[in-house]
Amino acid sequence: MNKLKIVLNGIIRNNPTFVLVLGMCPTLGTTTSAANGMGMGLATMSVLIMSNFFISLIKNIVPDKVRIPAFIVVIASFVTVIQMLMQAFVPDLYATLGVFIPLIVVNCIILGRAEAFASKNTPFDSLLDGLGIGLGFTLSLTTIGSVREILGSGAIFGYSLGIADKMPLIFVLAPGAFMVLGYLMVLFNKFVKK
Amino acid sequence: MELSYFAIIIGAIFVNNVVLSQFLGICPFLGVSSKVETSLGMGAAVTFVMAISSVVTWLIQQMLVSFHIEYMQTIVFILVIAALVQMVEIILKKLSPSLYQALGIFLPLITTNCAVLGVAILTIQKNFNLLQSVTYSVSIAIGFGLALVLFAGIRERLEFEDVPAAFKGVPVALITASILAMAFMGFSGLV
Amino acid sequence: MTAVLLGITFVSSAVVGLVNMITVEPIAQAQQAAKEAALKEVLPEFDQTSKEDMLIDELTTTVYTASKEGVVSGYAVETLSKNGFGGEVRLMVGFTTDGRIYNINVLQQAETPGLGTKMTEEGNNLITSVKGFNPAEKKLVDGRLAVRKDGGDVDALTAATISSRAYVDAVNRAWTACKNAVRGADPIPATGATPADAVVANDTAKEPVAQEGEKNE
Repeated sequence: MNKLKIVLNGIIRNNPTFVLVLGMCPTLGTTTSAANGMGMGLATMSVLIMSNFFISLIKNIVPDKVRIPAFIVVIASFVTVIQMLMQAFVPDLYATLGVFIPLIVVNCIILGRAEAFASKNTPFDSLLDGLGIGLGFTLSLTTIGSVREILGSGAIFGYSLGIADKMPLIFVLAPGAFMVLGYLMVLFNKFVKK
Repeated sequence: MELSYFAIIIGAIFVNNVVLSQFLGICPFLGVSSKVETSLGMGAAVTFVMAISSVVTWLIQQMLVSFHIEYMQTIVFILVIAALVQMVEIILKKLSPSLYQALGIFLPLITTNCAVLGVAILTIQKNFNLLQSVTYSVSIAIGFGLALVLFAGIRERLEFEDVPAAFKGVPVALITASILAMAFMGFSGLV
Repeated sequence: MTAVLLGITFVSSAVVGLVNMITVEPIAQAQQAAKEAALKEVLPEFDQTSKEDMLIDELTTTVYTASKEGVVSGYAVETLSKNGFGGEVRLMVGFTTDGRIYNINVLQQAETPGLGTKMTEEGNNLITSVKGFNPAEKKLVDGRLAVRKDGGDVDALTAATISSRAYVDAVNRAWTACKNAVRGADPIPATGATPADAVVANDTAKEPVAQEGEKNE
């Protein structure tokens, strides 16, 4: 089950948020609610799967010297494609995530995986790696989003738990983002990463 | 209370601090900010690049608009910024070796600093004119430097503290950042 | 080396251009649908609208004059304020023919979640303080609506004065635009509908905006 392992590695052992500590900007910036975090995670995952697959396909024809610019062009194109598709079909989510959608280009996860995995492995394995890392990222963002939404606005995925008035709003605001991520990382270190 | 330059400057440095409330440029914020000296260097380098890139991307945007290919914005901007950083590096090396020595090692890191691309896109979204764009970008960069230096100051002390194992490294940095972000929220009534 | 890079760039741009061609229509439709939904929400019954752009305090503002069976039934003003906490606050403000605010829809905002975003919720402080009123009947500061903190009588959102000010700023702009749209015929009458022909004549006599078309967001 080597293929399955590639996917699972991305979710736990190489979890982009809690282990690799990559892509912190969208992780902190878009997780004001569970749905937003998930949306951002899925958008990043789509780009990651496509760019990993495509970069692995072209890895042999791209000279080493222009590797990075070539990768950036490929990634930026896929980001633009996703950006336009989201604008057309999920305009509300697109409006909420705002500037973080084009910023997927500079998300270190994507270029990082292109360098570390896609440029060395087969297209199919790279696709699986993209899927695994993407799922890991989506999972982390959804978790952080859920925690912040429950603690800050007393709701989960937009469904009110009826405790909104008692909850400290600070968790939805900027300091809450840093704090929730910090403590979740502590829990991850303590119980998952051994 | 139209957007005066003063409001842009104060808003960008304190109220909407790029790192602590907009979450752009977190990677260098967590990565480079362990010493005050390197933080200063990074801040200066970012200010330098942002000032130039805001002018260039603003002009390019006018060009994109006139050709009706605004959708190419992301691709063009990232390539231009990457090329620009390279050029700045080469020119600095030739013209001012001392400045290059001070800023040189930070320049390659800037391409992947999402604050640079982020600010370029934000200024376009805000419909700023050229002068406003430059003011905004430089203020953002100063805000970035300020956050970095403040944070480094705290982290220098933190190094000598006995932190529980699970908190070591990034988690404790994040929690520190959280407290710093709370302090910056105090500015929110300013503008 | 250069050829490969050129090739990749070429293929990438071709793909992006292609996707743009495919999505340009749905994007326009989505924006149109959002706008129509907003119009329906802020206006009394209507069957058609005519639109015109004007420049109020340097910001492009669009007035939609709605009519039902040829009689003007209300005005919807799409406008914005740049003073929001997280950037622009874009509103669609509906006025009845006697100058009262019929309803307000927040088209776009990037305010702090949980604080400023309350402006989008049903029955928030801001909307309840102005809905159903002619702004002229409210307590004005320098001829403009203002939040209580600035001497007016609009209730602000809790802990979100900046967002509230931006909201009120946009409503003021909408009010000015609405008055401009009806000016020439007669000021917004206290009772009864504006005669339809007066509004039609009015349509041609506005200061046009330099740039055509609206800004996309």
